[in-house]
Amino acid sequence: MRKRVLTFALAAVLAVTTFAGCSQKTSDTVSADGSTSMEEVIGILGEAFMRDNSDITFTYNPTGSGSGISAVKEGRCDIGLSSRSLKEEEKADGLTETVLAYDGIAIIVNPDNSVSDLSVEQIASIFTGKIKNWKDVGGKDAQIVTIGREAGSGTRDGFETVTKTEDKCEYRQELTSTGDVITTVSGNSAAIGYASLAAVKDSVKLLSVGGVIPSEKTIKDGTYTVQRPFVLVTKTDEKLSDSAQKFFDFATSDDAVKLISDAGVVAAN
Amino acid sequence: MKTKNRLFENTVHGVFLILGLITVGCVLLITIYLIVSGIPAICKIGFFEFLFGTEWASTAAEPSYGILPFILTSVYGTAGAVLIGVPIGILTAVYLAKIAPPKIKSVVTGAVGLLAGIPSVVYGLVGMLVLVPGIRTLFNVPDGASLLAAIIVLAVMILPSVINVSVTALEAVPKEYEYASLALGATPSETYFKVSVPAAKSGIVAAIVLGVGRAIGESMAVMMVSGNAVNMPSLFESVRFLTTAVASEMSYSSGLQQQALFSVALVLFLFIMLINATLNFFLKRNRGE
Repeated sequence: MRKRVLTFALAAVLAVTTFAGCSQKTSDTVSADGSTSMEEVIGILGEAFMRDNSDITFTYNPTGSGSGISAVKEGRCDIGLSSRSLKEEEKADGLTETVLAYDGIAIIVNPDNSVSDLSVEQIASIFTGKIKNWKDVGGKDAQIVTIGREAGSGTRDGFETVTKTEDKCEYRQELTSTGDVITTVSGNSAAIGYASLAAVKDSVKLLSVGGVIPSEKTIKDGTYTVQRPFVLVTKTDEKLSDSAQKFFDFATSDDAVKLISDAGVVAAN
Repeated sequence: MKTKNRLFENTVHGVFLILGLITVGCVLLITIYLIVSGIPAICKIGFFEFLFGTEWASTAAEPSYGILPFILTSVYGTAGAVLIGVPIGILTAVYLAKIAPPKIKSVVTGAVGLLAGIPSVVYGLVGMLVLVPGIRTLFNVPDGASLLAAIIVLAVMILPSVINVSVTALEAVPKEYEYASLALGATPSETYFKVSVPAAKSGIVAAIVLGVGRAIGESMAVMMVSGNAVNMPSLFESVRFLTTAVASEMSYSSGLQQQALFSVALVLFLFIMLINATLNFFLKRNRGE
């Protein structure tokens, strides 16, 4: 009997703390909702914002780009976060996009690999298993080892979206962090992987895609194609609350550029 | 004075009871939580589709949640680790308990103790940086992160539990048995393998079961060397274990995917319960003899 009481007491404590987390929405709260890939960049921005404005609470709900966009349309949050550009019909529906940053995804191989350039189509064929040997793309005769990230990872989602290989990739290894991917690629001469550009180190070789070497400049001007925008979504004809506007201005200001690049992405301004 | 004493005794008693109940409470809480959060997904996916489905695509547009590859990988991986680790462990135990001179024994026992204390992430790291490239060159396969790498790491990891428990069991064998055997003209080796080991049988089985438990529950080290792609188990393929399935996807999971991960954890939990029950069975028999 006593055990049961204790268990229920613990469960009750857990339940209470969980509900306490969902505090009432006040005017001094800025709520953001959307893309899980933007978790890191928005987390860093949110923290810095709250440090400067201790009276405002910033909340972020990682639900995915689609639900973030519908949340802002239905007025359930102040700012929607999307890791893709808005579609024309979404813009017609009264939404505006402001590009916060660009997420450039670098394609990396082992330094011993003689291949230095691949097209997006070749990359897609390699990761879907259509091209299995390096000699088919101009390298030496060796079986290609594809290194990817785990299901649900923002980088994987971004890579598969840009190369249009969603749910079709055949990975030899699925690792849980960017660092693991880089370490593994640097240790296997036949490996190919992807990682956020900012995280890439000298231990691996950066491939150019369609002749364009990834850099902050080529990502910003759009010539490097393995990238996607991180977008802040707002309503076109409805003003943001004062605190939300304050956050919006902060996130798009020059002060935020350093914070954004700390998160491994390229700031838009 | 007497009542004061009794009050003190009762208080102490109560405090200890509460401390003891903390453990019980934790176990109960985890069990209940796992069952409550693990059952819904199994119901939604379907019992047979879940346990015997061969495809796991948790984030696909049309997700499928079949965990047979995880279950088989865990079973094969553990079996492989036992196949390699147990003979080495038991023979080491026989050596330590019966043959080794005291000086060597203390050195080896110390090393075994150290091996037990090494954190699993270190096993994983060494495996990742030494074993995986090693397998790649040695067997000339495109990538060394494979079931084989996981088996080798697990075999080393279960050694300390197998050795320690077996040594205890072997040392508990009455000396008279061995003297009798020797007096009948058996050589020392014959005595160790035909008298001491059979006499310590249930203790050694308990050691093996303990090793199985350790191997099936390990996640960090295998995650670092097994590649984590969902494949049916094969020695040189990248594989995903029950433990790593939960660990690798939990952080970003949501909805049915997250519930399904709890169900995977529940299946793992049932495996561990089964192993614990087996262990208790052998330990009890051991004490009964």
